[in-house]
Amino acid sequence: MNDAPLLALHGLKVHFKTDDGMVRAVDGVDLTVNRAETVCVVGESGCGKTVTAMTILKLIAMPPGRIVAGEIRFEGRDLVPLPPAEMQKIRSKEIGFVFQEPMTSLNPVYTVGQQIAETVRQHEGLSRRAAMDRAAEMLRLVNIPNPQRRVNDYPHQFSGGMRQRVMIAMALSCNPKLLIADEPTTALDVTIQAQILELLNEMKQRLGMAVLLITHAMGVVAETAQRVVVMYAGKVVEEATVEALFADPRHPYTQGLIRSIPRIDLAATTHTRLEAIPGTVPSLLNPPIGCRFAARCRHAMPDCVAAEPPLREVTPGHKVACILYPEVHA
Amino acid sequence: MAGSTLASATASAPAPRRRVTPGQEAWRRFRKHRLAVVSLFTLGLLVLALLVGPLVWTLPIDEIDFTARLQGPSWEHPFGTDDLGQDILARVLHGGRISLAVGVAAMLVAVFVGVLVGAIAGMSRGRVDAALMWLTDLFLSLPELPLLLLIIYLFRDGLGAIVGPEAGVFIMIVAVIGGFRWMPVARLVRAQFFSLREKEFVEAARALGASRSRLVVRHILPNALGPVIVAATIDVAAAIIAESTLSFLGLGFPPDIPTWGRLLFDAKDNLDFAPHWALFPGLAIFLTVLTINFIGDGLRDALDPRRVT
Repeated sequence: MNDAPLLALHGLKVHFKTDDGMVRAVDGVDLTVNRAETVCVVGESGCGKTVTAMTILKLIAMPPGRIVAGEIRFEGRDLVPLPPAEMQKIRSKEIGFVFQEPMTSLNPVYTVGQQIAETVRQHEGLSRRAAMDRAAEMLRLVNIPNPQRRVNDYPHQFSGGMRQRVMIAMALSCNPKLLIADEPTTALDVTIQAQILELLNEMKQRLGMAVLLITHAMGVVAETAQRVVVMYAGKVVEEATVEALFADPRHPYTQGLIRSIPRIDLAATTHTRLEAIPGTVPSLLNPPIGCRFAARCRHAMPDCVAAEPPLREVTPGHKVACILYPEVHA
Repeated sequence: MAGSTLASATASAPAPRRRVTPGQEAWRRFRKHRLAVVSLFTLGLLVLALLVGPLVWTLPIDEIDFTARLQGPSWEHPFGTDDLGQDILARVLHGGRISLAVGVAAMLVAVFVGVLVGAIAGMSRGRVDAALMWLTDLFLSLPELPLLLLIIYLFRDGLGAIVGPEAGVFIMIVAVIGGFRWMPVARLVRAQFFSLREKEFVEAARALGASRSRLVVRHILPNALGPVIVAATIDVAAAIIAESTLSFLGLGFPPDIPTWGRLLFDAKDNLDFAPHWALFPGLAIFLTVLTINFIGDGLRDALDPRRVT
């Protein structure tokens, strides 16, 4: 049982019904997270990373959203058919969630201590006092100075980075086995970003949980992940260990992503333009047949648009959905 | 991000600082509204007078003295007397209690119904929301006064027979006034719910395993309360006016229960030669409603989160 992945998505499809038609936001995603592992999901805006993350806890609005196909196995149990009351028990007790926007994710009318305590009381049935003590303890854990006093502060008395620490403290307050962080550093400035990532790493080491980190910053990936999943237009296009991905990116999209990381060292000495991937993400209303990246791909060939390339293992542990690479049978 | 730099600047301010609860913050802002503070003081005095006045001014409200009919203000009768020689000060003090009680009770009814309807409509999309808003519009479009008259004519005696004439009239007037004032509150709450339920902190609470009812009661409702409190304050004033109107039309309380509106009704036939009779209850209504409205203004400024001063 312990060898089985903590979280496994199989062929997950999430579609949104809109006035213009079905938006296939997530269109067949496979993803696994093992115990005590950090997995990063990267991709540009609108590729379905956030929807994937939210769907795991069934936080997307249903309707208009709908899980059309696939399963979400958490410790072997499929979460898709679970009723709302069961999902509530999983949220934050089993799987914690940290949102992108620390500035607005805290309720302005309660102190942060009350908000952390509320979660703890609800899931663990602690007394008011014990819950407040736990809240202070959690604030100390996420390195907020003077936690005994800060528990009684209101969210507006915290800076952005501090609020994100509070959000992390809240998400961790019930000792979840998996922490999903949806772009936790996007709204923060660079120095705070580094601190938050460091904090996430530290929490992971100390509490032994797994982390699923959603991000669009390759720098964040390199710094935190063990394994990386690259998403494009609602699909997984490449999956590899972080070393393999940066040393030997296979999918042309991944290569483009890595090439478009700004390099301070080069920019200062040579006057090269920052490389970008031409074009934009295709509409998910009517995704093109065949490879969805073909229209922007520098290696595109006629076969690309003929059929959709499946995600195949090209070297052990390295999967790519591109016809450039033949499947290897290990 | 401008927001985060601003917030970090305040957070890194020197450590010794007082803890400010939202209540204290609101009070600090309320105090800046001078008219509201003066009004609060005036209304406080008025309420105090109504509460302890009858204990100090012990003249009975129904002692008939035909030798002292329609007297103007004097030391013996500071507000004068009416056509039966009854002391108007005593009647104003006594009537104020009932008028204020009706105002507050009707406000509570209006706010309770309004919040309930607004919250249900705000949390449900589609048909339930549409039906409730249709009901709200229906109530808004009803001609209030004729309907009030009709309801009171129909039910006054029946209800009076069950709970006694005084309690019956009180309950009916409160229900009728409150029942016609909940619609603005319902719309307000619904609009607040619509914007609040999409807020990140509600989503975050949901991600942390909060149930739907918990989201509504603990996270959405407290954030929606500011405008409701303001509306409620002004509703008290409106309910006092409504009660006076009903009483003035002879449909409120019976003559032996002197509310402010009832006093005006009794005084109207003698306006020519006893203006003081109408003056004092009228002044009382005017002062109460005016101060409550100013307090509502002050509260609106104090509770509006967008005003940072």
